Amino acid sequence: MDLEFSPQDQAFRTEVRSWMRANVPPKAGPEIGLPSHLETQSAWERKLGKKGWLAYNWPTEFGGPGWSATQRYIFDTERAAAGAPPSSPFGLSMLGPVLMAYGTPEQQAKYLPKIAGGEEFWCQGYSEPGSGSDLASLKTQAVLDGDHYVVNGQKIWTTQAHWASNMFCLCRTNNDVPKQQGISFLLIDMESPGLEIRPIMTIDGHHHLNEIFFTDVRVPVENLVGKEGEGWTIAKFLLSHERTAIAGIADSLYQMSQLRTAISADDSLNEDPLVRRRMAALEVDLMALEYTNLRTLDRAAKGKEPGPESSGLKVKGAEMQQAISEAQVEFGGLTSLAWQSEHEGGHDLFRQATTRYNFLRASSIYGGTNEIQKNVLAKILLSGV
Amino acid sequence: MDFSYSSEQELLLDSAKKFALKAYGFERYQATLKLRGQLDPEIWKQLADFGWLALPLPESAGGLEGGASDVSLVAEALGAGMVLEPYISGLILPGKLLSMAADEIQQKRLLEPLAEGNLQLAVAWAEPGDRQNPAHCATQARADSSDYLISGEKLCVLNAPNAQRLIVSARVSGRTGETQGLCLFEIDPGASGVTLTPYAVMGGGTAADIAFDQVRVPADALLGKAGDGFDALDAALDHATVAACAQALGAMSALLERTRSYLKVRKQFGTTIDSFQVLQHRLVDMFIEIEQSRSMVLMAGVRVDSVDPGARRHAVSATKAYLNQASKFVAQQAVQLHGGIGVTEELDVGHFFRQLTAFGNLYGDRERHLDRVASQPRAS
Repeated sequence: MDLEFSPQDQAFRTEVRSWMRANVPPKAGPEIGLPSHLETQSAWERKLGKKGWLAYNWPTEFGGPGWSATQRYIFDTERAAAGAPPSSPFGLSMLGPVLMAYGTPEQQAKYLPKIAGGEEFWCQGYSEPGSGSDLASLKTQAVLDGDHYVVNGQKIWTTQAHWASNMFCLCRTNNDVPKQQGISFLLIDMESPGLEIRPIMTIDGHHHLNEIFFTDVRVPVENLVGKEGEGWTIAKFLLSHERTAIAGIADSLYQMSQLRTAISADDSLNEDPLVRRRMAALEVDLMALEYTNLRTLDRAAKGKEPGPESSGLKVKGAEMQQAISEAQVEFGGLTSLAWQSEHEGGHDLFRQATTRYNFLRASSIYGGTNEIQKNVLAKILLSGV
Repeated sequence: MDFSYSSEQELLLDSAKKFALKAYGFERYQATLKLRGQLDPEIWKQLADFGWLALPLPESAGGLEGGASDVSLVAEALGAGMVLEPYISGLILPGKLLSMAADEIQQKRLLEPLAEGNLQLAVAWAEPGDRQNPAHCATQARADSSDYLISGEKLCVLNAPNAQRLIVSARVSGRTGETQGLCLFEIDPGASGVTLTPYAVMGGGTAADIAFDQVRVPADALLGKAGDGFDALDAALDHATVAACAQALGAMSALLERTRSYLKVRKQFGTTIDSFQVLQHRLVDMFIEIEQSRSMVLMAGVRVDSVDPGARRHAVSATKAYLNQASKFVAQQAVQLHGGIGVTEELDVGHFFRQLTAFGNLYGDRERHLDRVASQPRAS
């Protein structure tokens, strides 16, 4: 039992910290920690890409730095602590690992370098109007026609589709088998004729989400990943990567430290014993989450499969982000009420608190709702005698 | 960073589980409830033979000098097996306290028989109205020629009805609430002026409220230096708190397992009730809280041995604050998911429930520990 990072890991932390200090723009975006502006996000990701640190979770053979799980965690906490936004996960944490496991050498060569370099954004074509939690019921059709699939249907809640050059998409290629077995995983160029993007504005007042309409969109067969009908297996593989990546612990640590700073600048908050107690309660919850995460990293470092403790991380991670953000809004009081205003006054954190709070309602919805996570976990817990 | 157990710890865990989950059992627990002082001398002797009583004690006094992580392993197993012995109040708390406060001669005299299972001790520190803050000590120790005269009241002194010796906090100087001026005295519970009001504790074990009225003790009953007792008492209470958290974790895990098994066999509406989503999610919530609690207990087991008292207090209080809430949640859900049978005396679930309720009130409530977290200087 040892809670300290090794000297090598500490040296690594120092290296990352000093690079972040020198390279993170003073304000990485108007809403700190939220990717909502293409230019700032894109410039930041390219900068990381140039350094070789954008695809920080990738092995060296595919252009990543080949870091250990512990190093990745350190990198992510230092990234967040420097006030930089998380990178867009669709290419890096979702498609990347899928192509490494299921892609052809051609697909890997064509797409992976651009993702690692921050040159292209991807989006995820999963949810449909009638298929949310019950994803396997999806209806978007892909019908083989010579050397193309012809895609018809609709996707929804597609984050950053308006930034993306490509989409990875689940489509139905067979209606005559059980629903999970008739799904295929296609890569679709967003410039394809017949593909239409409509924005969906969200309660944080920003444009993250979209609806996508496919009308006879032709997709070359070489854009099929894995075999036809293997889409559901790939989707599950992808989700297992997504769930550990989106607990958002590094960002929660950063948001707590920001909140602490904002409170200490305001005597009426700073001297309120109930505010102190609520902050301590958040801090304790965050510690429990952080050490649970460290346990999973330790297992990974020893080459073991994730233990059951990792399954709850997404659920608790989402609740944590929401709880910190809720405190930010409430402690911000009237300062938090100015809406989409450029005016100065009050602490930055409090002025942006409602935007973040509204945005983070999605954290317990995307990547499989917390209720779906619990279904999955219940199945594991209740299996066996 | 390493969260895995050493091979020695694996062995310790294995034997602790074997004893607590196989050799001991609900029947032994129920029989012990009826014994005098709710203490089974045979079991206590066994704990000594296993070396578990020597585990936290210094080598110089016949101990094994194990770390808090080792103690946690044993405490967790005892909690899972609902072993009804005063392992924390009669060993960890007095053992750690004497290790830190007493001189070599005093240690030899008290710790050697403690390690061998031949001495029962109790620490009298909590007082009415003190919110379990050890600095809030109003009991007075007045120097009288070469003796001290002790006067005051102590509340809910765990294991006191069994104790041959009491360790009592009292103040030679300073005001109530100040850390300076605290002393620790070894007192014979049969001494003139000592009045014990013994009682059973909800959830198992015994305690006594104790009144000290001009109790005369010789100067060599003072453990360590006069006025310097607070740091040792504070640290020893932290050790007891971590062990209590580990014990609670054991009970919580046992409740999860029992609840899981029950959902799989109990039938209603023509099917086992584990098919109902609302119950599945409740079970998952219990599981998640237990895993988070385990992370805290592992962390605290390392940090409580830290030389930095601020880091120690922060880690221990964070852990107790977390587990107070989590243990209550798990215990309440376990009873709820068992339905009627969950509130009966005949099923062990209700006994775990009582133990976890008691755990919440011992060694400080959640709010007190949250305040202690907030008041520690933050490492940058």
